Amino acid sequence: MTRRLRQAAVAGIGATEFSKNSGRSELQLAAECSKAALDDAGLHPADVDGMITFTLDGSDEINLARCLGVKDLAYTTRIPGGGAAAAATLYQAMAVVEAGLCEVVLIWRAMNERSQYRFGQPHTQAAGFQAGNGTGSLFWCMPFGAQTPASWEALAAQRYMQRYGVTNEDFGRVSVVQRRHAATNPAAWFYRKPITLEEHQSSKWIVAPVLRLLDCCQESDGGVALVVTSLSRARDLKQPPVRIAGACQSIPYNVEVISNYYHADLATMPEAEGTARRLWAQTGLKPADMQCAMIYDAFTPQVFKQLEAFGFCGRGEAREFVKDGHIALGGRLPINTNGGLIGEAYIHGMNNIAEGVRQVRGTSVNPVPDVEHVLVSSGMAAAVLAKDR
Amino acid sequence: MKTTPDPAAAQPMRLAPIVTPDAKFFWDAADRGELVGQRCGACQRFRFPPRPMCPHCHSLEREVVPLSGRGRVYSWIRPVHPQPFGFAEPPIVALIELAEGFRIVSNLVGIAFEDVRAELPVAVEFEATQGGHRVPVFRPVSAS
Repeated sequence: MTRRLRQAAVAGIGATEFSKNSGRSELQLAAECSKAALDDAGLHPADVDGMITFTLDGSDEINLARCLGVKDLAYTTRIPGGGAAAAATLYQAMAVVEAGLCEVVLIWRAMNERSQYRFGQPHTQAAGFQAGNGTGSLFWCMPFGAQTPASWEALAAQRYMQRYGVTNEDFGRVSVVQRRHAATNPAAWFYRKPITLEEHQSSKWIVAPVLRLLDCCQESDGGVALVVTSLSRARDLKQPPVRIAGACQSIPYNVEVISNYYHADLATMPEAEGTARRLWAQTGLKPADMQCAMIYDAFTPQVFKQLEAFGFCGRGEAREFVKDGHIALGGRLPINTNGGLIGEAYIHGMNNIAEGVRQVRGTSVNPVPDVEHVLVSSGMAAAVLAKDR
Repeated sequence: MKTTPDPAAAQPMRLAPIVTPDAKFFWDAADRGELVGQRCGACQRFRFPPRPMCPHCHSLEREVVPLSGRGRVYSWIRPVHPQPFGFAEPPIVALIELAEGFRIVSNLVGIAFEDVRAELPVAVEFEATQGGHRVPVFRPVSAS
């Protein structure tokens, strides 16, 4: 294949149902969502020549390729850093397609993280903290009782709360909005189950004084896949192409994913600030050019910090931005219109990216009017999805 | 005279540290009741988490030096649900900014959760874990 630079686009998205007990293997979920994404694009599995997932994914590339009948893989990779990998998969796919190294890249993430294992429960096995699986220095937390993602997140978020006088009730408004979005999304686990701020405030503490139950994403079973190809090829396929206007990653010095305690100021999110800087520079776009955003929301404080890092509001201003209704449908920047990881399902961020694609296509069940650009962020990586003009 | 341990005596519940090759010096010192840090043997700068190379001058020379054991509370939480392994009651997990200028994750003891404030001065002590190890924890002290 002659290499030449070109633009990449998302041509297909696919998902299984989102549940608490899929009743089948992770490999089967991976195969089902992958086939669905290829069908959505109008491509055959034999067209796939690149495969990308997370280091944490439980399915082997070869076994998935054997299910699908992939003929000749030119490229595989896995992204570390837990959910921070989500938008980075898109970044990698864009890079190899634009470099002319691959024609059709399949991205998948499939998990039985409710029925087979519990992501939110204490992680105390050393194997979970080895290179590529963990996030850097998690084992420094274990003897002290910080053993869950919620506790790791809260230890940093408490500094943010202290700095800006943010309360748990402020965070709760994110959950209320996203559960409202989920309530009108039939694919969401919390379809038709909105919550009030009072219900949020009476849910039990998971980690005081930062996170209540309703600040935390779900544990879900399910799979999501995306198909990335060149824009020119995507134009000949079944769906209107969703252009990847830009994508990037940023891992600043001394930053790690969730046990992120060693950089200068824990009230900030240097990885998201770095990603934002790089993304706006790469695309020539700015926050005001986004009509909506899909923001990694494993826990509500992450939404606050990313809103600030990407410049939708200033540092410490997310509280007012959220309170003023800007993140809800009809607001200045509707976020996670599928309900997010809190309301729809926790497929490690990939279901939010699929919603970004639907917003550009105009096929979301909660459509935002006149979408040109959608930000999809997983903190350490992000992309801008754009209408093909 | 050799004594047989009383089987009814309370055994430490706290999980033993996960010891990696690059951090073994830290946990070995904690077992002896000492809080130590890693400093570059060339440019003398502290670094944490421990690592084999200095990120500033790239020297592989490193020194293990005793620390003051004094610090201030930088952030603190109480993991309530699910109950953390190794604790009868939810502990106070804290990030301690040590006097030497870097942070470590630990616990606060001897203070009610509601009374913890940012910048609270603390000093190190050691608590037993499963398997006969010890880990550093911190107790409030009067500012000095």
